[in-house]
Amino acid sequence: MKKLSARRRHPLAAIVVLLIALAATGGLYAVFAPAEKAQADDTAQSLAIEEGQKLYAVGCASCHGTGGQGTSDGPSLVGVGAASVDFQVGTGRMPAQQPGAQIPRKKVIYTQAQIDQLAAYVASLGAGPEIPTKEQYDPAGADSAAGGELFRTNCAQCHNFTGKGGALTKGKYAPTLEDVDPKHIYEAMQTGPQNMPSFPDTTLSEKNKKDIIAYLDAVNSDDTVSHGGMELGGFGPVAEGLFAWVFGLGALIAVAVWVAARTAKAKKS
Amino acid sequence: MSTTNTTAADPRSRGKAPAGERVADWADGRLGIYSLAKANMRKIFPDHWSFMLGEICMYSFIIIILTGVYLTLFFHPSMNEVEYHGVYEPLQGQLMSEAFKSTLDISFEVRGGLLIRQIHHWAALIFLAGMFVHMMRVFFTGAFRKPREINWLFGFLLFALGMFTGFTGYSLPDDLLSGTGVRFTQGAILSVPIVGTYISMFLFGGEFPGDDFVARFYSIHILLLPGIMLGLMVAHLILVFYHKHTQYAGPGKTNNNVVGMPLLPVYMAKAGGFFFLVFGVIAAIAAIATINPIWALGPYRPDQVSTNAQPDWYMGFAEGLVRAMPGWEINFWGHTLVLGVFIPLVLFGLVLAIIALYPFIESWITGDKREHHILDRPRNAPTRTAFGVAWVSWYMVGLIGGGNDLIATHFHMSINAVTWFVRIGFFAVPVVAFVITKRICLGLQRRDREKVLHGRETGIIKRLPHGEFIEVHEPLSQEQLYTLTAHEQYRPAEIGPATDENGVERKVSPVEKLRVKLSKRYYGEDSQIAKPTVEEYKEITSGHGHH
Amino acid sequence: MSSQDIPEENLPAAQGQAHGAVDVADEKNPFADPGLPPHEHRIQDIDERAAKRSERTVALLFTLSMLATVGFIVAYLTIPVDKIVYVWTLGHISALNLALGGTLGVALFCIGAGAVHWARTLMSDVEVADERHPIEASPEVKAKVMADFRAGAKESQLGRRSLIRNTMFGALALVPLSGVFLLGGLGPAPGTKLRHTAWKKGELLINQNTNEPMRPSDIAVGSLTFAQPEGLDKHEHGYMNEIAKAALMIVRLHPNDIKDKRELEWSHEGIVAYSKICTHVGCPISLYEQQTHHVLCPCHQSTFDLSDGARVIFGPAGHALPQLRIGVNDEGYLEALGDFEEPVGPAFWERG
Repeated sequence: MKKLSARRRHPLAAIVVLLIALAATGGLYAVFAPAEKAQADDTAQSLAIEEGQKLYAVGCASCHGTGGQGTSDGPSLVGVGAASVDFQVGTGRMPAQQPGAQIPRKKVIYTQAQIDQLAAYVASLGAGPEIPTKEQYDPAGADSAAGGELFRTNCAQCHNFTGKGGALTKGKYAPTLEDVDPKHIYEAMQTGPQNMPSFPDTTLSEKNKKDIIAYLDAVNSDDTVSHGGMELGGFGPVAEGLFAWVFGLGALIAVAVWVAARTAKAKKS
Repeated sequence: MSTTNTTAADPRSRGKAPAGERVADWADGRLGIYSLAKANMRKIFPDHWSFMLGEICMYSFIIIILTGVYLTLFFHPSMNEVEYHGVYEPLQGQLMSEAFKSTLDISFEVRGGLLIRQIHHWAALIFLAGMFVHMMRVFFTGAFRKPREINWLFGFLLFALGMFTGFTGYSLPDDLLSGTGVRFTQGAILSVPIVGTYISMFLFGGEFPGDDFVARFYSIHILLLPGIMLGLMVAHLILVFYHKHTQYAGPGKTNNNVVGMPLLPVYMAKAGGFFFLVFGVIAAIAAIATINPIWALGPYRPDQVSTNAQPDWYMGFAEGLVRAMPGWEINFWGHTLVLGVFIPLVLFGLVLAIIALYPFIESWITGDKREHHILDRPRNAPTRTAFGVAWVSWYMVGLIGGGNDLIATHFHMSINAVTWFVRIGFFAVPVVAFVITKRICLGLQRRDREKVLHGRETGIIKRLPHGEFIEVHEPLSQEQLYTLTAHEQYRPAEIGPATDENGVERKVSPVEKLRVKLSKRYYGEDSQIAKPTVEEYKEITSGHGHH
Repeated sequence: MSSQDIPEENLPAAQGQAHGAVDVADEKNPFADPGLPPHEHRIQDIDERAAKRSERTVALLFTLSMLATVGFIVAYLTIPVDKIVYVWTLGHISALNLALGGTLGVALFCIGAGAVHWARTLMSDVEVADERHPIEASPEVKAKVMADFRAGAKESQLGRRSLIRNTMFGALALVPLSGVFLLGGLGPAPGTKLRHTAWKKGELLINQNTNEPMRPSDIAVGSLTFAQPEGLDKHEHGYMNEIAKAALMIVRLHPNDIKDKRELEWSHEGIVAYSKICTHVGCPISLYEQQTHHVLCPCHQSTFDLSDGARVIFGPAGHALPQLRIGVNDEGYLEALGDFEEPVGPAFWERG
């Protein structure tokens, strides 16, 4: 409760309340006027765009320009699509905090409803990939083995065998895919955020993407089985070598010290 | 009892020797075991933890052989492509070589197979790490000096062959990581001038990857290299027995004796027990920490790759050299000299060769032909110690280069910056390490000298009648005095007079001049602190009233 | 240089001192070797109760080992090979591996610990000195050996009968050649194998993900696609060798961004096809950064600029990635306009 009351004074609180009210109104309208559903959707859509534009003006326009045309501080958003916005804002990368080699993933500051409005606004600037539906990215029933092969062909070179991440040039990096929402993985493949290349449906089909997500779900989730014991980060021989030196040889030398040490004498001379 | 009954089996009745003794008699008549045991059964071994590093290596080697034999019972060294239909879901229906599939089956379907695989691999990493540390112990204490130079070379060969045995073993499962390593090896072989392409074609039975390399690496890994290593290890041990172990300086310990406890029973129990301790620790590690989970890496395909593509640690040094090298390539008369790959390949051998040949260089500089059985404290051989530390730091720079991508991601640095550090560090770090180590050694020598002459600082502050504060110094015991002054100090070599006794000009070869120069760097005034003499000690102890 | 002429004075004089018997510490030499310190008793040596405690500890360790071995057998017989358990800090792991490794580790460690504890607390810890003897033989022995050798050598008449000697050396020198020639069967001569790939004129570019040919419109700017020649099938024998050379990486740039003239010429509407095999040592390079157009090798960090003829901008690779000339066939699908014009992959002596 305390949290909620604190958030009441948040600058965005009014907007959130307004949104909820609007959504409720829209919902009621839709229920009571089914015949005019299409028109109602349009209205809801334009309302969302309008709200999105307001959010955009506050949080994004300083870098991406008032009309999303881009500035020296941020690229143009015309044609990047809703999926792009959902990924960037939904993973906390946007709004960016400071310039650097790469914008890192961080705490998300918008609600999903706000993200949807922002996405709707940006999508209205020019056609681009849409936010995928649950059916598109849900790994249930997909072929994780085929996904594994696709992952090793398309993704592992940057993200490592099981998506633990890796280095790119000049301080850039491919992030770890641990704890990333399947939706965001799908969107990243679709849109190619930052320096990641995109894998549009024309070259990596919807089924391919689903298989890849199923593979990641199998090898890089909280209940992934690591048969042999501790995974040591999944980084391969460097981590294993370090472990062998520190814990393996370290333990054996400690044992050797015990074996060779003088036994305590009855009395000190 | 009848005296004719000479075949009686009852030992008590005729006062016959017990069964064990009779077996020993039987063996002695054929093998001469009593003479062997006379020299060795109560052989004396000195006690020190650093003398057990070699045992870690020997035992992990035995563990590797035991587990390796078990693995051969299930492993199929074949590159035939098969479709996988085993228990591991994320590889269902995938194409893979039989080698990869049988390794999956060892891991998932053979009861205890995964444990043995993991013991085998962990023991291999520890074996190489153990050999490295053992070699450094021998180096820094000067245990490689006469008569042990050949045993040093045996040990070095074991380390070098261990690297290649490890590498061929790592390549056998034919997974995406090891396959990338094999591809790298093939690319490196191609860079060899003139014969590179031929060696590559012969090794792989044609183009890369071909159908042969797993089977060929298999016989190299399980037969050729371990066979040679086993022979070398036995020879290494025989020489350790023959030379008798070195010992650290101390009261009662001279160059002509070895002080310790007898093989039977103390070392039988300690060394025998240590085998079980090493095996136990490695088994426990294999129980809790995964190594080389090939199912997560996937089967090898030459058009697939993953980041974090590294060899096992012992090849990391070579990997670092390759990563840091600029891409030099010279084309001339229709030929290509691939220096960007070939130079690191040569450097890899060269850096290892330098440490292997060091004992011969040092004995040439000192000209010392005597046997040495008392170990040096590293501080008392500052130039050697500094050289060793410089070499280790060189090796470490290479290791950092080999893991540059993980260092970049874990410490939020640019991979290009890490690579540049390695490029510059390859030249600068050993020099800095050399200078600093030498200074530290000289500082420690000075402190030893102070301790001998003025005693140990007790931490007790005393106020003298006239108000001055002094710290009470306690004189060292005679044991300590002996231990701190037992080491020898060489005097730098001299060119000698320009003319001989008849006034004829002496010819001094440039090699001799170099030797004298190096000798001065080793044993000149700036390179060692003269140890206290008896006269100095007496003067100080009699001259000063207080300690 | 011979080391015989090394002046004795450069050697330390100390060794002679260290040789002899133990010096008694006296006014003359305060640094003299005081000899082995007297043996001190351990608690176990003088207190039988402590010795009993040690004995019990050793026995306990050996008993623990036996129990652990029984545990190992029980685990082997009862735990299913695919049983997974969650263990804190270790994660979801194989129960059998943990149980077998844990019991085996304890069984072995306890034997070792028991033996060492026994040795350390109950076996005699009196230090004794063994004499060393010089390794070098005495002059008499050496003289005898040399005489024997000379006699033997003389009796063989090897020095006198040079015809035998020379032909024997000749035969021994030649016979290993047979072995060398036998190794020739290990593989074929290189020939021009490293110069050709499966690509040829008219070969369709097949998307490795979808196994379909591609139209230019399928490939968006900023995307990354991998292709293989139409004829290759991963189920067929020989696929590995072919894909090791033919693997292709396809990206699309804005034609204005392409700095290299030949690259532009060999592209199709900004779509460029480069060998996926690194020119350093042959790793499949494909860490493509779509904003910088740099592609990085994960193995040794060679970096190539795909907007500038894939020239090397960092790392150990010696030359640019080979480009495949592509176009569009009558049906609108991307096709190769020939093989690579230079060998793909790592450089070699005959590459030129």
